[in-house]
Amino acid sequence: MSLVTRRQFIKVGLAGAMLFAAARMLERPSAAAASRYRALDEQSAATVEAFVPVVLAGSLPEEPAARARAVREVVEAFDRAVSGLALATQEEILQLFSFLHFGPTRVAFAGLWAPVVDSSRDELRDFLLRWRASRFDLQRASYNALTQLIQAAWYGNSSSWAAIGYPGPPQLP
Amino acid sequence: MIRDPIREGLAGWKTHDAAALDRDLELEADVAIAGSGAGGGVTAEVLAQAGLTVVILEEGPLASSSDFHMREREAYPQLYQESSTRQTGDKSITILQGRCVGGGTTINWTSSFRTPPRTLAYWKNTLGLRSMGEAELAPWFARMEERLSIAPWPVAPNANNDLLRRGCEKLGIASGAIRRNVKGCLNLGYCGLGCPVNAKQSMLVTTIPAALDRGATLVHRARVSQLVFERGRVAYLDAHGVAGNGVAPSQRRVRVRARHFVLAAGAIGSPAILLRSAAPDPRGILGRHTFLHPTLISAAIMPGRVDGHAGAPQSIYSDHFLDTHPLDGPAGYKLESAPMHPILVGITLPGFGEGHARLMAKFPDTQVTIALLRDGFHPQSRGGRVRLRPDSTPYLDYSMTPYLWDGARRAFLSMAEIQFAAGAKTVMPLHEGAQPLESWSAARAAIRELPMQALATRVVSAHAMGGCAMGMDPASSVVDESGRHHQVDNLSVHDGSVFPTSLAANPQLSIYALSARFASALAAALGKPAS
Repeated sequence: MSLVTRRQFIKVGLAGAMLFAAARMLERPSAAAASRYRALDEQSAATVEAFVPVVLAGSLPEEPAARARAVREVVEAFDRAVSGLALATQEEILQLFSFLHFGPTRVAFAGLWAPVVDSSRDELRDFLLRWRASRFDLQRASYNALTQLIQAAWYGNSSSWAAIGYPGPPQLP
Repeated sequence: MIRDPIREGLAGWKTHDAAALDRDLELEADVAIAGSGAGGGVTAEVLAQAGLTVVILEEGPLASSSDFHMREREAYPQLYQESSTRQTGDKSITILQGRCVGGGTTINWTSSFRTPPRTLAYWKNTLGLRSMGEAELAPWFARMEERLSIAPWPVAPNANNDLLRRGCEKLGIASGAIRRNVKGCLNLGYCGLGCPVNAKQSMLVTTIPAALDRGATLVHRARVSQLVFERGRVAYLDAHGVAGNGVAPSQRRVRVRARHFVLAAGAIGSPAILLRSAAPDPRGILGRHTFLHPTLISAAIMPGRVDGHAGAPQSIYSDHFLDTHPLDGPAGYKLESAPMHPILVGITLPGFGEGHARLMAKFPDTQVTIALLRDGFHPQSRGGRVRLRPDSTPYLDYSMTPYLWDGARRAFLSMAEIQFAAGAKTVMPLHEGAQPLESWSAARAAIRELPMQALATRVVSAHAMGGCAMGMDPASSVVDESGRHHQVDNLSVHDGSVFPTSLAANPQLSIYALSARFASALAAALGKPAS
């Protein structure tokens, strides 16, 4: 990377981080909105839910009731996992959701015209692929956080194990 | 029925759960120890046996075999720092560290290596650490090996490890068997989630109970916030209870007054306590030169089942790519394998959706080889720096340099060649831009082109080291060769943060041996020579 592009890179990277924080300020849910969750607000939980079938395509059960239950459990486990992160990291995750909820940042930087919950699976997949290949650290880090938290939430759930041939922990004598 | 020696011992021990205190706690002791892992555990036992009164503070919970259910989703939030998601400041390296009574030793994979002779020679000859020779340390290694039942593992390696051995053998690369700190091991494979049968000779079941038997006090779920200085000495330390989920501080305060203070909170925790305490640091060395053994991962699909979740997680290693590289030349790396559990594998394999699901479907047939880069011996590998966030929790700034990325690329090549030699059908370097590769020649071509880039290449670490480097010269180190702080008379550091470079080996035995030596000298200095 040449010096000039490196400088631009750092600048845009920092600007991105500031936008994350700004979106969080602007989009902070009102204190009145009670949440069923430990760390997430309802809107963030709905965003996670929209990403689950995209991140776990090919892994979730087909049968509708089992699938709905799996999606619900992944969202709950995602929330539990976030509640166990360092407080500063929890705040960063919430900033990421605010960034995805706030229309101007969502359109300009995530390339999603519609709110996440109204986007198609293809649109969400393409968004993840763009951030996966992004030249900005912040976007690749956000891609990693979103996908890995959903994957951890699913593969910690014993109902995911049969499909991958994992027998579960052994019985103790 | 498995006996739980910790629950059985509780009635006769002095323990406090700082998360459940109904009032502030004030304690006094000869020595206060922050941390109960490899350094804190050994120190507590040595000092208690010498007849000194000891208070041990541990940020994590007192969990024991009855709590260890071999389930990742319970174990990570319970036993690991930041639920096993601790990351470098740029989020490009995930750092596994313990946060429970026993620290990293409760959740490590039992691999036991003496500090490599080349590392010690570098410390002695290049860094001037005169007392760190192989001969001087040998009795301390021997003593801790006996104490913790560290011995050759008589059981055949599981397939995950044996494939590493076979691949090396095919290529004429030397490999060896890893010694383990176990007694009555059932070869279950869940060391990383807390040993459910108390076979692993971690601090949780050895030195900590021994210290408690001798009257030591253990305060768990207590996060040391700072040391308070008066007239150039540490007067007392303050800790806060940690709320139920281990994240937020509780209202309750614990204050410990002592003659001497030992930091054993690990290579991120110990520098962080000193930074929060504004400890003397005249040359700005504190928290610098932190090393990680940045670790790359290569996944191979084998023709049959590997079942890498079952059996001792690490039993085979190769030092070929350390031994054949000069210390000051291109980065060398140690090869090992790693246990396969669904969350660990799920978040480590790249991608998402259908492609990721196809990789996960091969879970039972997957063999994993890891390469631990030797960092800290080259001008382009000066390590990272522990810093504090605005809320005073620590994080590590550490960047992969071109020198380390060059090592990463060569490590991917070595691992792929070994895995194909062992019979792999496909090999995949764990990288967001990689695909499963079907031959060694295809892998060689692809890995040469793969962009070595943060947050695309998976890099992990289970070995944080340094940050309170030991040395003769106060201008370039934090503690002396006895672990004593250069500027503060009644303060020591006994953990992996004293290493002036990485070790190029899994660190637990090095920490045990150094801590035993440091603690014995400390006991004598406090008027109670260790037996």
